[in-house]
Amino acid sequence: MSVVTDTSVRSEENFRVTRSRRNVAWTGAGALVVVVVLALFPYIVYSGTTSLMVQGFIVVILASMWNLLAGYAGLVSVGQQAFIGLGAYFVLILAQHGTSPFGGLPIAAIGCGVAAVPLWWLVSRLRSGYFAIATWVLATTIMLFIERFPSIGGGTGMSLPGLSGYDPTLLVAYTYWIGLAVTVLSLVTVYVMLRGRIGLVLTAVRDDEVAARSSGARVGLARMLVFVVAAVGCGAAGALLAISQLIVQPGAVFTVRWTAIMAFAVIIGGLGTIEGPILGAIVYMILQQELQSYDAWYLIVLGLIAIAVALFARRGLWGLIDDHLHVRLFPVGYWLWTPESGGRHGGVKRGPGKRGLRPRRGGRPS
Amino acid sequence: MSEPATERADNGSTPLLEVRDLTVHHGQLRALDRVSLRVFPGEVYAIIGANGAGKSTLLRTIAGLHQPTEGAVLYDGKDMTRVRPERRATAGIVMVPEGRRLFGSLTVEENLKVGATYARKGPWTIERVYELFAWMKDRRTQRTAQLSGGEQQSVAIGRALVANPRVLLLDELSLGLAPVIVQRIYASLPEILSTGLTVLLVEQDVSQALRVASHIQCLLEGHTTLEGRPSEVTAEQVEAAYFGLSRSAAGNPDPAAEGSAPLWHGSTPSSRAS
Amino acid sequence: MAWVNAIIQGILTGGLYALFACGLSLMFGVMKVVNLAHGDLAIIGGYVALGVITVTHIPALWSFVIVVPIMALLGYVLQRTLIQAALDRGVLITLLVTFGLSVVIESGLLQFINADSHSLGVGESIITGSFSIGSQIQLSYLLLLIFVVAVVVLLGLQYFLSVSRYGRMIRAVADDQEAAQLSGVDYRHVFGIAAAIAFGTVALAGIAYGMYSQFSPTTGTDTILLFAFAAVVIGGLGSLWGTLLGGIVLGVAQQIGAQINQADQVLAGYLVFLAVLVLRPQGLTSRRAQS
Repeated sequence: MSVVTDTSVRSEENFRVTRSRRNVAWTGAGALVVVVVLALFPYIVYSGTTSLMVQGFIVVILASMWNLLAGYAGLVSVGQQAFIGLGAYFVLILAQHGTSPFGGLPIAAIGCGVAAVPLWWLVSRLRSGYFAIATWVLATTIMLFIERFPSIGGGTGMSLPGLSGYDPTLLVAYTYWIGLAVTVLSLVTVYVMLRGRIGLVLTAVRDDEVAARSSGARVGLARMLVFVVAAVGCGAAGALLAISQLIVQPGAVFTVRWTAIMAFAVIIGGLGTIEGPILGAIVYMILQQELQSYDAWYLIVLGLIAIAVALFARRGLWGLIDDHLHVRLFPVGYWLWTPESGGRHGGVKRGPGKRGLRPRRGGRPS
Repeated sequence: MSEPATERADNGSTPLLEVRDLTVHHGQLRALDRVSLRVFPGEVYAIIGANGAGKSTLLRTIAGLHQPTEGAVLYDGKDMTRVRPERRATAGIVMVPEGRRLFGSLTVEENLKVGATYARKGPWTIERVYELFAWMKDRRTQRTAQLSGGEQQSVAIGRALVANPRVLLLDELSLGLAPVIVQRIYASLPEILSTGLTVLLVEQDVSQALRVASHIQCLLEGHTTLEGRPSEVTAEQVEAAYFGLSRSAAGNPDPAAEGSAPLWHGSTPSSRAS
Repeated sequence: MAWVNAIIQGILTGGLYALFACGLSLMFGVMKVVNLAHGDLAIIGGYVALGVITVTHIPALWSFVIVVPIMALLGYVLQRTLIQAALDRGVLITLLVTFGLSVVIESGLLQFINADSHSLGVGESIITGSFSIGSQIQLSYLLLLIFVVAVVVLLGLQYFLSVSRYGRMIRAVADDQEAAQLSGVDYRHVFGIAAAIAFGTVALAGIAYGMYSQFSPTTGTDTILLFAFAAVVIGGLGSLWGTLLGGIVLGVAQQIGAQINQADQVLAGYLVFLAVLVLRPQGLTSRRAQS
């Protein structure tokens, strides 16, 4: 017969918690340099390349928003094109009433944020899969509704007024700078949100929702905030799209293909990290440029890669880089330093798909 | 840990169910730490211990719902550690899970029929279950969600029996049930045993376990703290093992001095609560 | 009255929508997964039927005899491989994988076939005709047949689930996967059976749709998936007859919308869907308050 002996008590002074493994000030400086270099692009490269960069900005913005929704809040939305379209149409309507599209962009973005509140109320009670399709239905409904109004182009679309006075090259440059500004703002917003309380709440929910709720975390509020922010971001991207295309067509702005692009970029780049969407957007742009003479091929290839990555390399490209180099450009988690380990990263390192989102196999887990 | 089990293995038979140095983790939490046990045919083997001691984890790992980090589960001498739970069930290890876990949208009879889907050959049929629990036949077309806790427990046991197991795993039968109901359910144990089954049960109610078991093992925080026959252990030893008191159990008990061991009555947490 | 005709048309189309929806509902009930590629599978069924008809020259009405078993088998295989792998990795991954599958299927169809609409011609049979009741009501034989088929399929499914061994296992796994395992049931196999049924019924629905109307690569999502989902939500989760009711309500809403303004047909249906989502999120037939 054996009896239990006391376990030894470990000294608390041996533990340390830090925000990141290395000094993040270096990353901040590096990011600033990148932004400055990018800002100089219109002076350096042809306007064809600048236009391409604008497309890339749109994808980066969309991807980081979709990542915020799916990777952090666990909300898989297949209907973000609703806000892309709304953003585009807000800019169109504002331009028809005399506001410059450049000035209209922030207004359109905020308008999408406001619109997001009642839409959230409609779909928030639905569980994940049904939430996804419901957002899709919402997007389709909004599109069908907008198509009823010939004054904004009906089913065929309308060109964007208010920009005809600009010199074409200058127009592209202005669009580029606005796009760069919106992209930087989006990434900074996401970073700040996730480092703050929202990020903490969302990570807690991802790991164990019941525990998070019972410890007082305002889960519903956090999710709604994420939904609204994502709407603002997607609306800004939609406005940017309208400005860069100079035409707004319902079939083009409201198509679910945007969700496909966002989702695939995020999955391939790395779900649940801030760096992932950027990487994924780059991959998308490369693939799209390489395969564009082959019609729908790039979507097929992108889709197949995304499925493979989702199943076998869930943390995506950035996850692979992170695993090998332990690099976090934008750290939002915590590192736990214990006497034994060389540093064990808590928080958001272990992307989604962890326990919190695993299927409950009937009844409680034991 | 002493080896009273060697007495049981004297005739050279292999244990029907054996667990060797089982270590099981829930994420980073270690629920079981090198636990071993051996169950021989015909025994009623009870595992007792406080909440969180690892009892249910042990049973669930034997049933195949958890994969151990280390160690092995052997059934009739064969290593079952990598075998899926449904294959263990068809091989003869059937568990009655904690909390009953009946199929809520199915009727009583349908629950039994599901249990019988991949049944082995044996004495237990749905009709025989109806004989064991007399009330059940009349209520067999009722949805199980409408039954009382004790009735649900009986259906859950019946669902396991119709599969004709060789080893029946019972996880916390008494959970959430009044003592009178619990006793009634345990009263069906002799008939179950009479058909040649072996029972491994987890029980939080220590007195109930001591009443029915031929062997008991106590777990605390994933370790075995006590093991032996009810007749061989004293109330103090059980208490020490259950709560992990730092008094060491002085040597081995002297069976002669004990005589017929007194039943453990009095202060277990569950009996105090009722 | 034109309105009565509209309502009757709506009821009959409701049968088709219920056929779209029952597979989606089944897969969600059993596996807790929403298959975002559900509608696209119907379209694949349509294209396969087109191919089978072209090669074997069997009448379009009988193409289902070959196509439905093929699709059911495809469903079992896809479930045991791809979808099970995704399920093992969580709800999020499953949604992403089925969404990816949907996009790949649609893009693949666009790439390898073309963006044109196709139809499964029904030939010279009596089916192409219609009969009239009074001066305003016109009933197409084809639509009537589709409605009857839908009801028969739902009845068959209901019977299968209530009475048969596999039906019982499906319901048991849907209730409690782990407890089913403890009773010796391999839930992966049961999932496969459920997926086979879902793929088979949706392929049948795709063929029906192809005979009644036209389909193109994007019809799978634009029409079938979203309509199926709307029917399930309106009717209430967990009930096959609820799905039929939901389909009927959707169909009627669309037809009434078309009476008011031809272009608003689809929009009207979605507005009713949103109304149900707001007023009675558990659907019309569900008794529980939470969906």
